[in-house]
Amino acid sequence: MKMEEQPQTRSMPGWQRALNALALPVLALFSALLLSAIFILGSDPVVLTAYAKFLSDPGAALGISWKTIVDAYHALFIGALGDPAVVSKELSEYFATGDTKDLTLAFYPITESLVTATPYIFAGLAVALGFKCGLFNIGAEGQIYVGAATAAFVGYSVEGLPWVIHMPLTFLAGTLAGAVWAGLAGFLKAVRGAHEVINTMMLNYVAFNLVHFLLNGPMKRGGATGHIPISRNILESAYFPAVFPEPLRFHFGFFVALLVAVGVWWFLWKTTLGFEIRTVGANPRAGRYAGINISRNFILAMALSGALAAMAGAGEVMGLNHNLAEGFSPGYGFDSIALAMLGGGHPLGVVLAALLFGTLRAGATKMQSLAGIPIDIISIVQAFVIMFVAAPKIIRWVYRLKGEGGFETVLMRGWGG
Amino acid sequence: MPPILELDGITKRFPGVLANDHICLTLESGEIHALLGENGAGKTTLMNILYGLYHPDGGRILVRGKEVKIDTPNEAIRLGIGMVHQHFMLVPPFTVTENVMLGVETIKNGLFLDRESVAARIREISQQYGIQIEPGAYVKDLSVGAQQRVEIVKILYRQADILILDEPTAVLTPQEVEDLFQVIRELVARGVSVIFISHKLKEVMSIADRITVLRDGRVVGTTRPAETSPAALAQMMVGREVILTVDKKPAQPGDVVLDVNDLQVFDDRQQVKVEGVSLQVRAGEILGIAGVQGNGQTEFVEALTGLRAVAGGTVRILGRETTRASPRRILETGVAHVPEDRQRDGLVLTYSVADNLALNTYYLPPFASGIQLHERAIFASAGELVKQFDIRTPSIQTLVSSLSGGNQQKVIVAREFARPIKLLIASQPTRGLDVGSIEYIHQRLVEKRDQGCAILLVSPELDEIMSLSDRIAVMYRGKIMDTLPAEQATLEKLGLLMAGVQPEG
Amino acid sequence: MAAITQTLGAGVGALAQRRRGILYALAGIAIIVFFSRDVTPEQLATLGLNTTRSVQLLKLPDIVVPVLPVVWLFGALVFGMGLWELARGFRRPAWLLGVTSFAFLATFLVWAARGTSFSLIGILSASLQLATPILLGALSGVLCERSAVINIAIEGMMLGAAFTSVFVANVTGSVMLGLVAALLTGALLAAWHAVMSIEFKMNQIISGTVINIFATGLTNFLNQRIMQEYTQFNNEMTFPFISQMFPELGRLPILGALLFDQSPIVWLALILLVVVQVALFHTRWGLRTRAVGEHPRAADTLGINVFRVRYVNVILGGMLAGLAGAYFTLGSVGRFDKLMTSGRGFIALAAMIFGNWTPIGAFASSLIFGFADALQVKLQILIGQVNIPSEFLVMLPYIVTMIALAGMVGRVNMPAADGEPYEKQ
Repeated sequence: MKMEEQPQTRSMPGWQRALNALALPVLALFSALLLSAIFILGSDPVVLTAYAKFLSDPGAALGISWKTIVDAYHALFIGALGDPAVVSKELSEYFATGDTKDLTLAFYPITESLVTATPYIFAGLAVALGFKCGLFNIGAEGQIYVGAATAAFVGYSVEGLPWVIHMPLTFLAGTLAGAVWAGLAGFLKAVRGAHEVINTMMLNYVAFNLVHFLLNGPMKRGGATGHIPISRNILESAYFPAVFPEPLRFHFGFFVALLVAVGVWWFLWKTTLGFEIRTVGANPRAGRYAGINISRNFILAMALSGALAAMAGAGEVMGLNHNLAEGFSPGYGFDSIALAMLGGGHPLGVVLAALLFGTLRAGATKMQSLAGIPIDIISIVQAFVIMFVAAPKIIRWVYRLKGEGGFETVLMRGWGG
Repeated sequence: MPPILELDGITKRFPGVLANDHICLTLESGEIHALLGENGAGKTTLMNILYGLYHPDGGRILVRGKEVKIDTPNEAIRLGIGMVHQHFMLVPPFTVTENVMLGVETIKNGLFLDRESVAARIREISQQYGIQIEPGAYVKDLSVGAQQRVEIVKILYRQADILILDEPTAVLTPQEVEDLFQVIRELVARGVSVIFISHKLKEVMSIADRITVLRDGRVVGTTRPAETSPAALAQMMVGREVILTVDKKPAQPGDVVLDVNDLQVFDDRQQVKVEGVSLQVRAGEILGIAGVQGNGQTEFVEALTGLRAVAGGTVRILGRETTRASPRRILETGVAHVPEDRQRDGLVLTYSVADNLALNTYYLPPFASGIQLHERAIFASAGELVKQFDIRTPSIQTLVSSLSGGNQQKVIVAREFARPIKLLIASQPTRGLDVGSIEYIHQRLVEKRDQGCAILLVSPELDEIMSLSDRIAVMYRGKIMDTLPAEQATLEKLGLLMAGVQPEG
Repeated sequence: MAAITQTLGAGVGALAQRRRGILYALAGIAIIVFFSRDVTPEQLATLGLNTTRSVQLLKLPDIVVPVLPVVWLFGALVFGMGLWELARGFRRPAWLLGVTSFAFLATFLVWAARGTSFSLIGILSASLQLATPILLGALSGVLCERSAVINIAIEGMMLGAAFTSVFVANVTGSVMLGLVAALLTGALLAAWHAVMSIEFKMNQIISGTVINIFATGLTNFLNQRIMQEYTQFNNEMTFPFISQMFPELGRLPILGALLFDQSPIVWLALILLVVVQVALFHTRWGLRTRAVGEHPRAADTLGINVFRVRYVNVILGGMLAGLAGAYFTLGSVGRFDKLMTSGRGFIALAAMIFGNWTPIGAFASSLIFGFADALQVKLQILIGQVNIPSEFLVMLPYIVTMIALAGMVGRVNMPAADGEPYEKQ
């Protein structure tokens, strides 16, 4: 993705530039939610029945549509951020009595959003870093699983280490595994010209099967009941500690993610290695001409991307689940594609978009139980988000926006590598 | 009889540019009318309007006295207008027949392509006009001259009688140019009218019946070859007196800097492109490589600069072997490279001027220590270079894509010349630039030579090669035909060598 | 980009060739070493040529082969080809990989059946079945990419079409209407892809990803909302097999099981293969399509509407992908299942690339993928023999895909303008 501002926006005052940069993603998200509402309505029998009688009673049809949408998105909002009424009530109660028990519960939804945002930050950074080198890593999901599996293994099998050693070791092991996993796709592209989109996708399937095998074989928890295969629990010395007392699940991993985001920003814009990666992404021929080793950068960028994605998996194991279970990631890796694009490929944008996506998914979980709307609706929202962000022309045309601001994705053309 | 074609007050605006400003032009039946002008004078724009690729913002087009509206190439073809584009519009993996029939396919059995009957018709045309062409050959295997003939046959096949040739000689050897002129004269004799677009004075003088000169999108004047001279035309083209020669002192060659021995290079399709090339360039001299484009120059330069693997032979720079060295190691031995396609190879268009100026030194002190970049040093150096090389840019933070072609080339020149270099490899350094920028680049090259730098200049423009080089090597099909001292190199001699013919004596 | 990596990676042709030769020679040795394991010298493998399903006209004797000699034969073949590549070089290295893949899989099969019997006809028949959606997907890719639009959304189109075909077939009670719905779904998603990538000039890979994510999300969403709530919409609906319509054909030995114990969609795919191959190279449409894919500006200057050609091809391609999707349901299991295409759309793309952008080539590589896929299905019964966890067998097609992509050196037929949006002047 091209992050450098267009000449037109250069001359604008800072606040206006910031506003301009925000307008597109905000409108993209808004439009995506709007379009997705159609699918909620279209698959709701009550609404459809009302529309069958549209001619005789249009008011009822429209009314019920409105109610369905409002209910759905209201459930989403409450689920993601908490009920404002409850929060303010519990806050005043806390100030009156000093009792934290109910207050914690009131804050549960918003901390859940942050908990969900954590893997999103890692995975979003992974995809964004790939973009910077002109690589499209759609294999973050598989890398998450590989990272989680490795972290889980190191987490439970290495015994007797103090926390200061075991925790980082576990995290690094998972990260390294992801780097090797995705690095393979980078290697195949650099040396054989095999397109990373297909290879990272294929590696996803390999990873899922590998984890399935591990959980039913070598890593299977003895005497486990229940139908989802699960590994042993990792030792406490490998935990990302929780920040608040139970039942809040918000953990230390969130801050690690923020730190990593700063690191990625520094790496991409303030180091020679980042300069090389960005140059290869922007114009590989010019990069080669300038003496940059393209193959090495493809492999490096892909490995780093895989490492970041694997951090998401390791973080989930270490901070949240404390074990490896099949299907523990509801698709963080796939979601991160839309997320990285919404964030404009910039670490700051990624963090903001991850917070948003964390909120969305946490809310959508609630929406599923309250309004009966399957959580997969957020995939539909994502598809539209990607479309609007990748073709800002559509948004500009719909909302009659002026200017060329925003970003345009520079990915490699064709299959040749 | 009205003129076969008349353009009346054609105007075309692009964002920020007035490409054509009230252009009037008439083409008489059976005439060769040359359209002369610098790069960017608006010639190609005008012809694209005539061919229905652009739509004019104002003005009228009359064909055979009737006003017409040409919205699509289809419409142009229907009116009998055919165009040979500067970059050929041929599909390389198709045969000649397939290329000719594309768009006006003949069908047999209601469904299938009738290649045979089209091939027969091509043979007819080829005999009628004396154009040699093999219908079954694949275009990708044809020489540039033969591809051009395919383009002409394509137009004749569509029975066009107005032929537009856009810079048709740019890619031809002098002898091939003669062949082309022969064909053009034959066409005119059979009633075709020709618009011949060029920026080369001599050619225009030799082929045209009338010459119209364009400058900055406006018609400067129309004249006949008999009534003008190359110098007068040049002045019309540029708007001031042009120094056609470069002022330079005799060379004082020093030690050998570049030593190439029996070099062999393949292209991407594993075809031999450079075969047994040996040459030397000494400090303080310019060695020009002449030759029609596509004779291995690109691959040769890529091999020298480490961008392409060497299949055989050796390259030594300053006595050190660099045959299999990486591009970076070669840069570090003191080699500068001005690439032939600046936007594709030489610049990152989405980067600022400053970042482009640091594109191959970003990792060295003072720009970096370890892996940490020092932006302040990069900016400071960029500011210096912008001043020193007179790069016209609003700021060093401006994206290089928003600069003009000449200023983009200056960014490359500044970047390459600012380093302590011993060898400069310049590939078509003035391609597509205006006269002012060409003069500037030429002066800088000579200056660098006088400072003791060895220069390898590759250019298909014979004028450029002849005016700058101290010695001239001619490349043909991957081989060096001969190397001549500049004072012995005449246009005729070079022309023959470029066509692969060893001149007598 | 192709140019860069080629000069980078392949290095000089001769060097790459030498490396390739050594690699294949080693592969030959590996085949011998690996598949000689656990084999006693006189052990035989029985490959069945009869099916149990239909009553055959005559019963053929089964093929009984000694395991070790077969292992040695195929190992030596690959080893010899490696040496030949090393010494003289093959003109089309893709063939080398193709033959090696085949040799590997065949040897594997014989080895797996050592000391027991295994239905060869069963696995071949299954290969053709499993190759069918890959072939259709690859043809879809050929149509799109020959006009220079990359279609990475084949997976999504298949999935969407698989859903609607079952839904419509159940609602209307007509399998045929289900098929029509599948075609329409493919066309609709393709039209969306076309608008994004042609009209709005969006990066085609991203545009395809939009479709993939959308189709995944929507089918999951609707599956949960409709199929699981109202199970009457997800009843088994399939086309009858050819052998059910014409029982005589089904009784033919070998052919009966191989070609006629198949869904009509298999036949349709084979017919479409021939049609696309001929049309692409011998009709006006094909000539224009290829011109647009190679040099759109040239086509434009000759009065060909580049955009229209691309729209038509992408939408036709979408219909082929839709047909592939219908095969998963109406042609095979008859019900929709969440994410049932499991990456076959991507494998189809790999088959297209490996098949050098030609329908015939795509067919050949689809068969290899189909065979790899069939292996994992059929070998489940020999699991004790093979001693490989089933998960690894499931991985096989994906790994074969990666190897095929990595081995693809030729790439001579890739349309020159592939992936580039066309800007009218």
